[in-house]
Amino acid sequence: MLETIPETASFVCPTPPRQRDRIVLGHGSGGRLSAELLRDVFLPLFSNPVLDRMDDQAIVEIGGARVAFTTDSFVVQPLFFPGGDIGSLAVHGTVNDLAMGGARPLFLSAGFILEEGFSVAALRRISSSMAEAAAAAGVMIVTGDTKVVERGKGDGLFINTTGIGIVPDGVRLSARQARPGDRVILSGAIGDHGIAILCRREGLEFENEILSDSAALHNLVGAMLSASTGANAIRCLRDPTRGGVSSALNEIAEQSKVSIQIQETCIPVREEVRGACELLGLDPLYIANEGKLLAIVAPEAVDQILAAMRRDPLGREAAIIGTVGDESAGMVTLRTAFGSTRIVDMLAGEQLPRIC
Amino acid sequence: MKYVDEYRDPKIAQAVASEIARKVTRPWVLMEVCGGQTHTLMRYGIDELLPPKIELVHGPGCPVCVTPLDMLDRAVRIASLPNVTFTSFGDMLRVPGSESDLFQAKAWGADVRVVYSPLDAVKIARANPERKVVFFGVGFETTAPANGMAVWQAKREGLKNFSMLVSHVLVPPAMRLILSSPANRVQGFIAPGHVCTVMGYHQYEELASDFHVPMVVGGFEPLDLLEAISMLVSQLEEGRAEVENQYTRSVNREGNLAAQNILREVFEVSGRQWRGIGPIPESGYRLRDEFAEFDAERIFGMEGCHAEEPRECISALVLQGLKKPLDCTAFGKRCTPVTPLGAPMVSSEGACAAYYQYRRHA
Amino acid sequence: MCLAVPGRLLSIEGDDPAFRVGRVDFCGVKRTVNLAFTPDAEPGDFLLVHVGFALTRVDEEEAHRTYQYLAQIGALAEEGLAPLDQVRLAPLDQVAIAPFNPEEIAP
Repeated sequence: MLETIPETASFVCPTPPRQRDRIVLGHGSGGRLSAELLRDVFLPLFSNPVLDRMDDQAIVEIGGARVAFTTDSFVVQPLFFPGGDIGSLAVHGTVNDLAMGGARPLFLSAGFILEEGFSVAALRRISSSMAEAAAAAGVMIVTGDTKVVERGKGDGLFINTTGIGIVPDGVRLSARQARPGDRVILSGAIGDHGIAILCRREGLEFENEILSDSAALHNLVGAMLSASTGANAIRCLRDPTRGGVSSALNEIAEQSKVSIQIQETCIPVREEVRGACELLGLDPLYIANEGKLLAIVAPEAVDQILAAMRRDPLGREAAIIGTVGDESAGMVTLRTAFGSTRIVDMLAGEQLPRIC
Repeated sequence: MKYVDEYRDPKIAQAVASEIARKVTRPWVLMEVCGGQTHTLMRYGIDELLPPKIELVHGPGCPVCVTPLDMLDRAVRIASLPNVTFTSFGDMLRVPGSESDLFQAKAWGADVRVVYSPLDAVKIARANPERKVVFFGVGFETTAPANGMAVWQAKREGLKNFSMLVSHVLVPPAMRLILSSPANRVQGFIAPGHVCTVMGYHQYEELASDFHVPMVVGGFEPLDLLEAISMLVSQLEEGRAEVENQYTRSVNREGNLAAQNILREVFEVSGRQWRGIGPIPESGYRLRDEFAEFDAERIFGMEGCHAEEPRECISALVLQGLKKPLDCTAFGKRCTPVTPLGAPMVSSEGACAAYYQYRRHA
Repeated sequence: MCLAVPGRLLSIEGDDPAFRVGRVDFCGVKRTVNLAFTPDAEPGDFLLVHVGFALTRVDEEEAHRTYQYLAQIGALAEEGLAPLDQVRLAPLDQVAIAPFNPEEIAP
């Protein structure tokens, strides 16, 4: 049988790539498939100058004010997990998307899709969690909607939140602004949220329970913006949710047409998160976070921004993890503890389903 | 993590690599068989640390990669039947069959679930007596005892709704095939550490002496592999062809007898089709007749038709170490982890996937 | 696929050898593991675990010997490597990271 294997040169027709005509779970994971769905289905049909920028939030001008506008849906399973629930997540997630645009979050809407048979007590608990999170974040939930679907069609509860905020004058953040020489700052240890969800789902037990890091980041962002002297010292902010740090950095690298190099020894990961990742064969760089941010920062402003971050409770473990370069546009690489270099690719399909 | 971290020390890695560089006087071609070892080599860039005279080629050590096309088709077909809950390790979900894969089947409504252990599948069967629960039993000798024990437990409990689709493969026959090929370039093997934890390494002694090729049982951390390479280089430079054990903390010559007992009780050796290579006699396991009621192939009466690989995919040559993934005309273009043409691009331990993820820029 | 991870056995339950299980600690994460293939395992032992089963006890003497040997090679190249029993596991709430050094990024 070995003698019949043809030489590579004689291969002719390549098989065309498989067309996907059905949605698979990977389309929701924040990686390459999600990006393809956007590019192939939604963008061509909805295209306009605001949408085409593809930032985490849309910034539109209304009557002289720059209004940030964003929406997010929450389908996390289980609904209650260590460190939060779908309700607090729904508030923090949208508040953070606004904050990544430099906006001060002001108002949220909350849409609920409930499954017939869902417990009202659970709904009350979740709503109370939302109210608390909103109050702590200084935002008001000003409008909403409720729908009910038949038993078996809804998985308990889905929540959509939409938020608006105002972007102060002079603040211009965008994933297109990263430049060679810029530094990459990460606000703290990664992997907590995804692992917290997974451990609840899979029945993993931790000595010191891993809590989701779900939190509102707008105050941290405010402190960073205040500390940044000079126009545009902060080029871009991203919260690494689905798809993790890897997806966020890949998106920035692609949109800014730069390369990004990060250093393995600089990336903070809790010991237990690392243990869980080893056990399950997961890479922390691909796991969702709900209370962390990445900042691309001009090199001359790095020290004062880092200092400001470390003064904030959500930025105590902030660290510089890498730098922006111009070698291979769109590529993110990691220098390992061994001194070798490897690519940090975008997540191809599904790593952990339903974590956000 | 104890027994993990200390084997990742970069300073020691450099030192062992320098030692190898001092010892080596001529070019040598080495192969690691196990996909987990391929992954470590790529992830830590071990090949970048080694002197250029050492060439590493990657063998068919990824059971996901070598699962034959018709077995995948069978899996998809079974999963798509009414009342079936199809369970599998995550790795198998995106491997392309002739027309579909398990992930697509799930999207079409099949009840496909990822489990971390075959015992999870048994648990699901216990909890859902009205469903037919099938587990996709893929893997080398490392995983076979666990899969065997799951079937054994199911029989003990008298479960009526549990079965396994068995696609186990064995390492020594594959190594023998590679060594027998006239095109073979491999001069030394890193034997798979965890396979040997189960089976011991006495099986490799015959291979080493038949072909006069040294073998070292290696672990999975970077220092383990560097040390195994160092031991291989010593043997090659000295003209020896023995079986040595680097992974002494987890492997001994006899292996794990309790695990081997289960293998003997539940499975028998059979011929298996290796995707990308072809049929290799006595290279796999199937369930013994006494466990026929747990054999999904027999229960569901599956006879797959022979399926052809896409013509551009050179998995066959990659799996035998005759070509590198970068040599393939489709690599990174038509064949990527999202649109794989062949199995080595899909499995997280496949050589093509490792190269795509870590080495695309080389 | 051959992913097997070492963890410390904390406790054992069950008398029937095929169904005997143990609580194993992997750096703070605890999981239940089937001990059918390691009938001699005792609490305190380190076990190598694969898909929910312990495949073997980690031979701590051999581990030590392997590490010492490697450490020696390392020591010949550079002074001051920590002996095995002093390999530090970072306390659970401490996040140990190295300061960023732009020179270390490969061009």
